Amino acid sequence: MNYNVNEQGYYGEFGGAYVPEILQKNVKELRENYLKIMQSPDFIAEIDQLLHDYAGRPTPLYFAKRLSEEVGAKVYLKREDLCHTGAHKINNALGQILLARRMGKTRIVAETGAGQHGVATATVCALMNMECVVYMGETDVNRQFLNVQRMKMLGAKVVPVISGNKTLKDATNEAIRDWCCNPQNTFYIIGSVVGPHPYPDIVAKFQSVISEEIKKQLKEKEGRENPDYLIACVGGGSNAAGTFYHYLQNEEVKLYEAEAAGLGIDTDMTAATIHLGKEGVLHGSRTLIMQTPDGQIVEPYSISAGLDYPGIGPMHANLARMGRAKVFAITDKQAMDAALRLTRLEGIIPAIESSHALAILAEAKFKPSDVIVVTVSGRGDKDMNTYSKYFEGQF
Amino acid sequence: MDRIKRLFDSKKNEKILSVYFTAGFPKKDSTVDVIKALSDGGVDMIEIGIPFSDPMADGPVIQQSSQKALDNGMTQNLLFEQLKDIRKVTDIPLILMGYINTAMQFGFENLCKKAVEVGIDGFIIPDIPLEEYSSQYKPIVEKYGLKFILLITPETPEERIRKIDSASSGFIYMVSSASTTGAQNSFSEDKQRYFKKIADMNLKNPTLVGFGVSNKATFDAACEHSRGAIIGSAFIRALEEQPTVQDAVKSLISKL
Repeated sequence: MNYNVNEQGYYGEFGGAYVPEILQKNVKELRENYLKIMQSPDFIAEIDQLLHDYAGRPTPLYFAKRLSEEVGAKVYLKREDLCHTGAHKINNALGQILLARRMGKTRIVAETGAGQHGVATATVCALMNMECVVYMGETDVNRQFLNVQRMKMLGAKVVPVISGNKTLKDATNEAIRDWCCNPQNTFYIIGSVVGPHPYPDIVAKFQSVISEEIKKQLKEKEGRENPDYLIACVGGGSNAAGTFYHYLQNEEVKLYEAEAAGLGIDTDMTAATIHLGKEGVLHGSRTLIMQTPDGQIVEPYSISAGLDYPGIGPMHANLARMGRAKVFAITDKQAMDAALRLTRLEGIIPAIESSHALAILAEAKFKPSDVIVVTVSGRGDKDMNTYSKYFEGQF
Repeated sequence: MDRIKRLFDSKKNEKILSVYFTAGFPKKDSTVDVIKALSDGGVDMIEIGIPFSDPMADGPVIQQSSQKALDNGMTQNLLFEQLKDIRKVTDIPLILMGYINTAMQFGFENLCKKAVEVGIDGFIIPDIPLEEYSSQYKPIVEKYGLKFILLITPETPEERIRKIDSASSGFIYMVSSASTTGAQNSFSEDKQRYFKKIADMNLKNPTLVGFGVSNKATFDAACEHSRGAIIGSAFIRALEEQPTVQDAVKSLISKL
């Protein structure tokens, strides 16, 4: 079974490139050139050097001893939280801006929800001296003040989006509209494995450095490349795509993903897209989407600002459909408990997104001999307000 | 009866005016009133927008009208209910314009079936690209005898324009510029060159220009090298500003 994208841009029945005609030329140029560019020796040399010297790779694969004792299995943490800017998002932002330069584009647009991808994009634009416009829902602008300030200090223009629900999906609509209006000079740096083909594949490939490193590091530590389980959270699904990438065809490695159940999948305050979504087209790709029976997109809810996206990367829709990945719906409470547990056992405050992945450790059954790798996609600094409010009085 | 063909055949020496509005806007039940007012006002063709929560090809005016229509409680079932006697009201071509996601949830074939039942002539769905249309949707559209209008833009290469012309039926929607929908005050010489280039290609389908047509200057410029023009946002704005739908139509026509 091939779990990668096919030549038509589909993962099984999911994916494709449903974009307005004005963007067809751009998307075609990207489709015809991305592999050639990304495989060229000078591109590989440049991205490798930046990932190493600038982003701080390889990130450690850390054996979490005390957590392992609690779980009753060998738990390793892939420390993407230690990347420059605080999350795995920088891997993709660096890759795409180099791609944009080689495609001759001079202006960058991006969408952001919690602000992590916006910060990563603003960072690489500062580094490469490129104009940067970040679209961010007005609601998110207000609740992610610190990241807005970071983007501004980095020289990006942050445009608050007032359409729709004023969150990530609306910011994405607005970034696509900007791209429609400026197709000649503008490159859209998408932050997750979503959007029209070839974006899901581009982002997955730039994030695949995560699983490439896991293979090497696990070999050194355990004498084998393959863990029994890989665990990651999915909003759009970029860190999970990177964590799984080099293991996709290797069916003996079990893939577990955590999506945000919010207050529970039997409530309407949830973001569990794979559990509850129906097939449709959002942001240029055919995938599972949270929507009404009449096809209006529903605004999802999660305590984590990075997981409340109403769609899911087409790769993940397919992994779930084919039974290759097992998808857990993790509630706010399960995630927050897992965050506190990791913090107290290992002295690592994870991003709330990552806490959803960590919560699977308490939900699934493992054997003492199992080797598990959990990707800690980001650090929790940005979430301190939410954590302190949630645990009020407990510290 | 092919109303679209009849329109283009009968107006060989006149310019065609097609107007877009969003179903369920400004009020849930104004759909039929708006169609009647436009038809009575002398408009040649009407595009009925199916509201969608995430209309990525539309500018702010049409986005807001869609949101308002949804807030009003507009749905696809309700639209077909409203349109059930529409052929007693007007005989001009009526086209449904919307996005693929709502069509998928309604069921694409079901959409075609219902459209034929009420007397709709065709569809414009801007996020169904040529390739997906040809491989997945064209056989269904043709089975029901409907037209499917594809778009071309200043970014579309000549070879692709030929393919679009070959797959498209009824007419071709010529997008004036790299933009989302919304009013512009004038059309530059660049646009005129692009319109002329397309006219000189002698396509099988007639073309209408849309995006940015809002007044006499842009309407005349759009028509110079095409069979007519499509107005959307400017009419939505008139519906917002004028006390009645009849006044909105009058206001629009007076500007042309």
